[in-house]
Amino acid sequence: MTPAAPLEARQVRPVGPLVIAIEDVAKLYQMGEETIHALRGVSLNIHRNEYLAIMGPSGSGKSTLMNMLGCLDTPTSGRYEFNGQDVAGMADDELADIRNREIGFVFQTFNLLARSDALRNVELPLIYAGIAPHLRHERARQVLENVGLGNRIHHKPNELSGGQRQRVAIARALVNRPSIILADEPTGNLDSKTGIEILALFEDLYEQGNTLIVVTHEESVARNARRIIRLHDGLIASDGPVN
Amino acid sequence: MGRILYELTESIRIAMAQIRANKMRSTLTALGVVIGIVAVTLMGTAIRGIDIGFNNSLAMLGEDVLHVEKWPWITGEDWWKYVNRPVIKPEEATRLSRIIDATPNSELELAVYVHGRGGSVKAGNLSVSGVYIFGTTGEYGRVLTADFTDGRMFNDAENDSARQVCVLGYDVAQALFPGRSSIGNTVMVQGQPFTVIGSLTKQGSFLGLFSFDSQMIMPLSAFRKYFGVRSGNPEIQVKVRDKTRMAQASDELTGDMRRVRGQLPGEPDNFTINTSDAFKEKLDPIKRGIALAGLFVTGLSLFVGAIGIMNITFVSVRERTKEIGTRKALGARRRTILLQFLIEAVSICVVGGTIGLALTYGLCMAVKAAMPAFPLQFSVSLIVVSMVVSVATGVLSGFIPAMGASRLDPVVALRYE
Repeated sequence: MTPAAPLEARQVRPVGPLVIAIEDVAKLYQMGEETIHALRGVSLNIHRNEYLAIMGPSGSGKSTLMNMLGCLDTPTSGRYEFNGQDVAGMADDELADIRNREIGFVFQTFNLLARSDALRNVELPLIYAGIAPHLRHERARQVLENVGLGNRIHHKPNELSGGQRQRVAIARALVNRPSIILADEPTGNLDSKTGIEILALFEDLYEQGNTLIVVTHEESVARNARRIIRLHDGLIASDGPVN
Repeated sequence: MGRILYELTESIRIAMAQIRANKMRSTLTALGVVIGIVAVTLMGTAIRGIDIGFNNSLAMLGEDVLHVEKWPWITGEDWWKYVNRPVIKPEEATRLSRIIDATPNSELELAVYVHGRGGSVKAGNLSVSGVYIFGTTGEYGRVLTADFTDGRMFNDAENDSARQVCVLGYDVAQALFPGRSSIGNTVMVQGQPFTVIGSLTKQGSFLGLFSFDSQMIMPLSAFRKYFGVRSGNPEIQVKVRDKTRMAQASDELTGDMRRVRGQLPGEPDNFTINTSDAFKEKLDPIKRGIALAGLFVTGLSLFVGAIGIMNITFVSVRERTKEIGTRKALGARRRTILLQFLIEAVSICVVGGTIGLALTYGLCMAVKAAMPAFPLQFSVSLIVVSMVVSVATGVLSGFIPAMGASRLDPVVALRYE
């Protein structure tokens, strides 16, 4: 299992302005006859430059909350504001623009485009942002260098190791300078040594001023964060700093 | 503005990569479109060919000539209305000419009597049958649409004295006197010798039914002497001064002819004025019918091709559901995803359409080389039309699956394995 860094070595940075404000959010799914309450009234504030872990067993509403935070889904009821904008009532394409500008996704299975090289994968969010080709090449190359893949920019995903693939995915999440980085089990498909490397990279990103939200069921991964939210049966069971 | 451009180039890049990555599948799918486009464009060339052949045929009839006849060219069930009409007589042509000459500002130029029937022509031991042999006066030279390769038309003096001279159509001359001039030679018709004094240039056939090159012209007096006055189909051909005023000319001629025949007001015409235009009016719906039926049948093959495209786009969307989810998570809007799959479908169609067009062109050239008479006509407009059809096929067949892809819920798409 991936051990957390020694507590005394970790700094807790002062938090910035409010990014996400969730108030009494509920989400219902209709599964045939049955109505499933995935979230039953969750309230949550996330500030800039927080490092947050969301934990919970399967069926706790963890994935639903993550999809909501990532603007992939909208709540059935309650209020969700992202940087002061009301997300709950947004249309599909508005949500797509929010995801493009404000959120960087890191997936458990990396979700890279198999036939495109690292550079093109990282450029993708910039294409959707309407950035001109020469600018986006330059920015994508820069970010890949920052995550330690400066010499791998023209490799296809199948020519990269698992850790390198996740670094490409992280570079892709960073490239549009989003307000939050949302990682879903980022070490789930990696061996423990590589997992530690990725968590170290997250630590660096946090120290550079990024806002990180990591969804995980692994205690050791969650303990790298500065704040842990535990969900249980669609409700927040606990929310507090790591100690 | 920039964004849609980058999305477009990205979509084209993806489409090309996708086609390259699935060569076999793309080729087979494109094959359906290739076959469809070849079928439709070949039909198009055939329709155009028929059209051009048809117009050429009409021009041979003489666009500026009115034909006064007992029978309309196209009759239906109503033949009994015409059967008891009087036969057209040479004197009527003479009187018609006189009236035309006496009319100030007449739309008509001259009237010529023409009386013909089928028969055979011999020279030495060679013989041609099915020749349209007709007698007329020297003035027919002014109505004739063909030029003389050699010799001349007979004159009125030769006509009046029933001289046994004749003018041969191209095919008749070629068949009886292969490789040499026919002028001055003797041909036998109805057991009578005729001296050839002229031969005509090649004109082609009318709708492939009636060859203008298989004809023989002789003085009317000689014709009536050897074929009799009752056989065959006599008519008066009237040349019009201005071929854009055919309707007025026809009206004038009707009045003149009624005067010649002494018809009373209210009495229906006991003759018909045939024009190549009337022919056209009658045949146009048939032509359109052929074109529509042909395009419908060949269109079906294109439709099958389109179904192939639709199917492959569905498969492509299904296979890449997770990719769609990822792209949406990264900020792809609905239209971005729609465009991506639409362009993929259109690309396959355009590739198929281009190959199909090239094949059609090759086939047209081959057919033209093998059978010059076969009516096929390749044209620039055909290229434009088939490209438009290709793109439209891609858009129409790709739209439903692409729309489905664009409406996918990103949460569901991301979870898809």
